[in-house]
Amino acid sequence: MRIPRSWVNDFVDLTGITDEVIADAFVRVGFEIEDVIKQGADLTGPLVVARVIAIEELAEHKKPIRYVELDCNEGQTRFVICGARNFAVNDLVVAALPGAVLPGNFAISARETYGKTSNGMICSSKELGLGEDHSGIIVLAEGSASVGQDSIELLQINDTIFDIAVNPDRGYALSIRGAAREIAGALNLTFTDPIAHAKSLTFADSDSTTPIKILDGAMIAVLRSLDNVNPKSPSPIWLSRRIEKVGMRSISLAVDVTNYVMIELGQPLHAFDRAKIVNGLEITYAKDKSKFTTLDGQERELASSDLVVRDSKQVLALAGTMGGLDSEITESTTTIAIEAVRFDPIAIAKNSRRHKLSTEASRRLERGVDPSLAEFASARAAELMISLGGATYVGTSVDGEERYPAIIDIDPKYVNDRLGTDLSNEVIAKALTTVGCDVDTKSWKVDPPSWRGDLQIPADLVEEVARIVGYDQIPSILPRSPYAATLTPVQLRRRTIAAALAARGLTEVQNFPFVAESTMKALNYTGDRAATFRIANPMSEETPLMRTHLIPGLIAAAQRNLSRGARDFALFEIGAIFRNTTKLVDGLFPPLGSKPDATTIKAIFDSVPPQPIHLGAIFVGKTTGDNWRTKARAYEWADAVAEAQTVLDLCGLQYTVERSDFAPWHPGRCAELLVDGKAVAHAGELHPRVCSEFGLPPRSCALVINLDALPVSDTVRAAVIGSMPIAVQDVALVVAADVSAAALEQALVGGAGDLLESIVLFDRYDKIGDGKISLAFTLSFRAPDRTLTGEEITAAREAAVANAAKLYGATVRS
Amino acid sequence: MNPQEINEWVSAAMSAFAAAGDLDELKAARLAHTGDKAPISLASRGLGSLSPEDKASFGKIIGEAKAAIASALADETARLETARDQKILLEEVVDITLPAKLAHAGGLHPITIIKNDISDFFLAQGYSVVEGPELESSWLNFDALNIPADHPARTMQDTFFVEPLSAGLVLRTQTSPLQIRTMLTNEPPIYIVSPGRTFRADELDATHSPVFHQVEGLVVDRGISMAHLKGTLDNFARHMFGPDVTTRLRPSFFPFTEPSAEVDVFFNGRWIEWGGCGMVNPKVLETCGVDTKEFSGFAFGMGLERTLMVRHGITDLHEIVEGDLRFTRQFGVGL
Repeated sequence: MRIPRSWVNDFVDLTGITDEVIADAFVRVGFEIEDVIKQGADLTGPLVVARVIAIEELAEHKKPIRYVELDCNEGQTRFVICGARNFAVNDLVVAALPGAVLPGNFAISARETYGKTSNGMICSSKELGLGEDHSGIIVLAEGSASVGQDSIELLQINDTIFDIAVNPDRGYALSIRGAAREIAGALNLTFTDPIAHAKSLTFADSDSTTPIKILDGAMIAVLRSLDNVNPKSPSPIWLSRRIEKVGMRSISLAVDVTNYVMIELGQPLHAFDRAKIVNGLEITYAKDKSKFTTLDGQERELASSDLVVRDSKQVLALAGTMGGLDSEITESTTTIAIEAVRFDPIAIAKNSRRHKLSTEASRRLERGVDPSLAEFASARAAELMISLGGATYVGTSVDGEERYPAIIDIDPKYVNDRLGTDLSNEVIAKALTTVGCDVDTKSWKVDPPSWRGDLQIPADLVEEVARIVGYDQIPSILPRSPYAATLTPVQLRRRTIAAALAARGLTEVQNFPFVAESTMKALNYTGDRAATFRIANPMSEETPLMRTHLIPGLIAAAQRNLSRGARDFALFEIGAIFRNTTKLVDGLFPPLGSKPDATTIKAIFDSVPPQPIHLGAIFVGKTTGDNWRTKARAYEWADAVAEAQTVLDLCGLQYTVERSDFAPWHPGRCAELLVDGKAVAHAGELHPRVCSEFGLPPRSCALVINLDALPVSDTVRAAVIGSMPIAVQDVALVVAADVSAAALEQALVGGAGDLLESIVLFDRYDKIGDGKISLAFTLSFRAPDRTLTGEEITAAREAAVANAAKLYGATVRS
Repeated sequence: MNPQEINEWVSAAMSAFAAAGDLDELKAARLAHTGDKAPISLASRGLGSLSPEDKASFGKIIGEAKAAIASALADETARLETARDQKILLEEVVDITLPAKLAHAGGLHPITIIKNDISDFFLAQGYSVVEGPELESSWLNFDALNIPADHPARTMQDTFFVEPLSAGLVLRTQTSPLQIRTMLTNEPPIYIVSPGRTFRADELDATHSPVFHQVEGLVVDRGISMAHLKGTLDNFARHMFGPDVTTRLRPSFFPFTEPSAEVDVFFNGRWIEWGGCGMVNPKVLETCGVDTKEFSGFAFGMGLERTLMVRHGITDLHEIVEGDLRFTRQFGVGL
């Protein structure tokens, strides 16, 4: 909301107060300053009103140029070159004379151009820094200015405009009235409410007025009819300039007056061409699928949720949002009806949202407008139309009734308790009075002002007191929690795993959890991982799906790093995944204000699908950079499996490894890791087609662990560590090539008995031929209480080998 | 055999040892002067044939002589071993500055680092760290927080909705639903922080991202006032931005707090908007079953990306979200 200082000054005497102090005051009471525009600060005259005496068209140039003779009341005329065409002989224009400096440090001097001497410049609004309008030069209405008059003063150029941000609960501050009251309160100045003048207005009604009726969606409606409007009456300069200063365009007197009153008081008004209203106006909901064209020329299809203003024939306005083209004020309009309605804020919010149409009117009405304004703002508009447009009053139609905010009981102690302050009752009462409340300091009943529908509970009043007293008056005290808190085991584990992976050379990434449909297909996801959620309003139509797996994001991050020159690296991510695998129920919306019962709470929690936390990693290129020590080697499937095993080892978990055919991994090079028989991780080489499709180096590897599926390990029961001598035995076995190392190892373990302390596969040889391979293991034996004899050791080793022979036909390699 | 002769043997042995240039020469000298055929060895063996008196006196002299030779031998052995070692060590000198590290440099994402840091800071003050779903119930994300369906406040937060719309699921626009979840399932006193990922339908640019992170804090206890909020934020700001930072509260609006405030920090010579805060709106407490006669609370929330950008001088949010190794590795593991 743009607030011109000069306008505020009508209601608060700002003499001697700097712009900086005003800006700080706005911030202190809760209005962020988005901009402070010092209009005219970079403009110096002479800037004068001139009359166009003659126009010579210079046609020989690329664009038509005018050579204009101007009377600036200097005794003799002067000539200027002008590119604009929106003026005629006898018009009053604004001329910058040599010596003037316009915004942008644009100095005006006499100069030769287009083969002529130009002795000044005729100015547009934009050239003077008054607005964005550069469609033509400023043409002043006849009678509004005298030739030679100083235009800086005439156009009220020198002004400061505070552009403030107004929060949704402070609709009243979307007006000069509201903003001026805030400034007065913040600076402890006297505020004169402009409504006092409007309240004093009286009009003589006749009975031929156009009626208005509320069928739905409004609290109070006032319609004032005026005849004999002179459509030729221009807006006076003071009016149009104020409209421009707040960022609107001056259009016609009737429209300007409604806008002016809206800005000044905060009540949106709409002026209808009364001649086009059939019978009277009704506020009601639209009929489904009826068509209606708004002022902006857009045809809109209405729905039964749209609140409209209509006559007996057709819809005339999208209520509180935008008027209709058919009943618009035109250059021939001589009779008007000024509508001021306190619409239901929710109805207007819906109108605005459904039609994606946020207007000056809807922004105010959806925040709730002072109900008393319908009467007084429309009166003020009528007054201006009578005095400026020569209109005569016809009559007033009113329907509905104002309802005001309820009285609030408040204990001053409550205010101090919530703020941590020690304010006196007088200070609290004065602060509440400053914002417009009536305070009974005996009963502490507080009656909020008509414009503060947001003041409903004592806490709302606490904020008002704090605002006026100043948030800086609140002391700073550190509270003491009665608890000793730690991370949960799951949080601690996640943090430790991340630190361990970082220490092992992996770099963490955090990807957006959005995925493209094409990626889901390319990665060949099926089952749970194909069951995703679709975002109804995605940021990008390319990635409308929620990730079901971390691999797509990791691939994208790898691609980005590759494209920026990285070659060898490992990335990991820890984050939630989203699978649409539980039955979705309709959203639950229990009433507010008291706690829902336990069943409802559980149902709400259960309505949210589980979103487990996964760990994913991708390994690209070589395990090290090229170096002088070793020959760098490429990542291979085993590196990914090892990293997954390391994570499970860190968590103290026992697991088994099985071969798995699981997209998007290589069907022959994917390990599934199981804890308690449940798959918790997959690791290995990515499918060759995935690597080629996504531009990853061949044989890139990846792993994914469902961290939420990992059981929290029990407290470790420490085993006795034996100190008797160890006995080490190597065995090399020959088995069929399809016997897995893990299976053969388990067979040896199963046969070796309790004396076996550890087993390590130290060699694998696959050149034996005949479909056979050799696997060699080191078995370490130890007894807790004695040195093992040679016989015992041999017996244990042979038992191990015998079990491998029995289960897998293993023979000892000779 | 006489004492003088024995002394000469000792002298001869000592000078021979001293003359040895390396351990091999020393070995030869040792054999010559202490071996079986060395005079002292022969004399030692000949002691048995002497009279008891001579045996005693010469035995002592020979014993002392042997000890002296052994001592000299040990000294010279040590000298020559040291010399040998020095020579070898000198030959083994390497260029110790050669790049030794082979493994890739790893690192944690700065968001993880700051999450951990903030969590630890509040854990130490007795706050639990709570986490929860990113795809969240609309009622928990909006209604229970006093953000009614058609209130302009809801459009302040451009929300991602998930199909089917009837399921009422949204990508949480704030971590505040965790406050509701906590209050619905725990009795006060409540002291929690909730660092987590949040979503708003904003285009990605230098200062906005559709996916970002927040940390929120919630305290519900007896006698909690805005002064406690201020004290907590002052302390938190000093932890994030250094001991000299100052804060200010400005009136603001959030449906779930009343009074509401923005908290700014004065950092590097200017005021920076850091986050929002306020006293938990009694309407919210009532919906969560908290007795507002006995308990009151405060809440605050700030963006982690924003905090990182201010603290580390990051000027473009793209750097934080793009996952470029070179960016992330600058932060190590946050030590």
